[in-house]
Amino acid sequence: MADNKQRLTIGLVAKPGSTLQYHTGGWRTYRPVIDHEKCIGCKRCADSCMEGAPFECAHDGKKKKFCVNYDYCKGCGVCAYECPVDAIEMVVEEK
Amino acid sequence: MAKMAVIEGSHAIAEAAKVCRPAVVSAYPITPQTHIVEDISQMIADGELMNCEYVRTESEFSAASVILGAAAAGTRVFSATSSQGAVLMYEVLFSMAGMRLPGVLAMANRSVSSPLSIWNDHQDAISARDNGWIQLWAEDNQEAADMIVQAFKIGEDRRILLPVMVNLDGFLITHTYEPVEILDQNMVDEFLPPYEPLYKLDPKDPVTMGALAQPEYYTEARYMIHYAQLCAKDVIEEVAEEFGKKFGRYKGGLIDTYKMEGAEVVLISMGSVIGTMKDAVDEMRAEGIPVGIVKIRSYRPFPVEALREALKGAKVVCVLDKNISMGMEGAVFTDLKAALYNVKGSPDILGFIIGLGGRDITITDIKNLTNKGFAKMRGEKVSEMEWYKLDVDILPEGI
Ligand code: SF4
Ligand code: SF4
Repeated sequence: MADNKQRLTIGLVAKPGSTLQYHTGGWRTYRPVIDHEKCIGCKRCADSCMEGAPFECAHDGKKKKFCVNYDYCKGCGVCAYECPVDAIEMVVEEK
Repeated sequence: MAKMAVIEGSHAIAEAAKVCRPAVVSAYPITPQTHIVEDISQMIADGELMNCEYVRTESEFSAASVILGAAAAGTRVFSATSSQGAVLMYEVLFSMAGMRLPGVLAMANRSVSSPLSIWNDHQDAISARDNGWIQLWAEDNQEAADMIVQAFKIGEDRRILLPVMVNLDGFLITHTYEPVEILDQNMVDEFLPPYEPLYKLDPKDPVTMGALAQPEYYTEARYMIHYAQLCAKDVIEEVAEEFGKKFGRYKGGLIDTYKMEGAEVVLISMGSVIGTMKDAVDEMRAEGIPVGIVKIRSYRPFPVEALREALKGAKVVCVLDKNISMGMEGAVFTDLKAALYNVKGSPDILGFIIGLGGRDITITDIKNLTNKGFAKMRGEKVSEMEWYKLDVDILPEGI
């Protein structure tokens, strides 16, 4: 068994936090990119995302801004649609 | 002393489910399953079935979801369904097998729409055959009742951990009165220990069941379900034998055979039609016609080795399928051919689509199709697959 793989359990029973290993954002076509100059830190992107992918991040050490956890983001664009100041641009995912 | 009663098949199933002490029963009424769960809800209301919660739901999808959730919480669960209701359950049935949650579902076999038909055939269960559930098939009321108890024991075995579907022909078993031995609670308690889940949902020790599997894990996870099915071949036999010793009734393990000594033409089917086949074979044997029966009790896992062994001396096998895999043929016919493929000296196999949507299968029908088996044996031209007694006169012109 390769070192980076874990043994399966009957019924694929997993402990909490195991999704950290799964990185469900692996099949995204577009990714949201947040323009921190425009972002007003309103949190609407985080609240509207069904994956809870956007999170609060420091920017310039000053104002509250938002970043996206690309391990979970599916690239659906809901956040970009909801952002009141059009701070989020959906760009083609390039690996 | 065992108590005998002349009761309806559904009532016998409900009695059998009761003595297995399920903790949660959930179902949505659908003909011809209804009497089973009506009886159980009555038993709970009357205090006959203690420590059991009956959950009324608004659909079969929810009924299946309830038993999945209750099984995940570590309890013994039972439900019953049929036809369209079973179809509505399918998504959840896959999940339950994948999560390796045991539980028993009585499937009152019925044809599937459309056209609408409430009568018996096997399409509902056959269409569910690849969802990971073990599928057992009962011949009569007694076997249906006994199978419920065996099903819990098989599914809960630590080598298996799969849900089990007990198939019983709608109306032909569910609504038929036959003498049935009511299973004794103490004996069933000795036979079937309380369910000990391997994992369960517990707020103090949270787990995720049926978690996401990326491509590097999914194949292995599916293989594990398949492997459990293969292991079930032994467990089904063991449990049937243990049941036979304890209760004095053995109706076969993976398969059962009838009058197979020197049988040249062998009839194969599942469910209550086996009874009619036995009567037909009795009559034919009395006339010296060498014909026997192989009854399939376990359709999934498919008893490949047992069938190869049982059919060693057969010249022609006639498979009676009360189902149709559209665009192909009867499901048992296909499976049997696959099982005998590459086996040296294996018999010719004829497939018959028969008894769909409740069309009666008579002793004469059985004799007629057996004759086709003998015709084949003599080298006459016989079609390999036939829609038995298809009434072409009522088809639109040009078909
Ligand atoms: S694109 Fe969709 S999944 Fe990704 S952060 Fe925005 S809302 Fe969430
Ligand atoms: S919705 Fe737009 S402005 Fe609000 S926090 Fe998210 S990116 Fe910033």
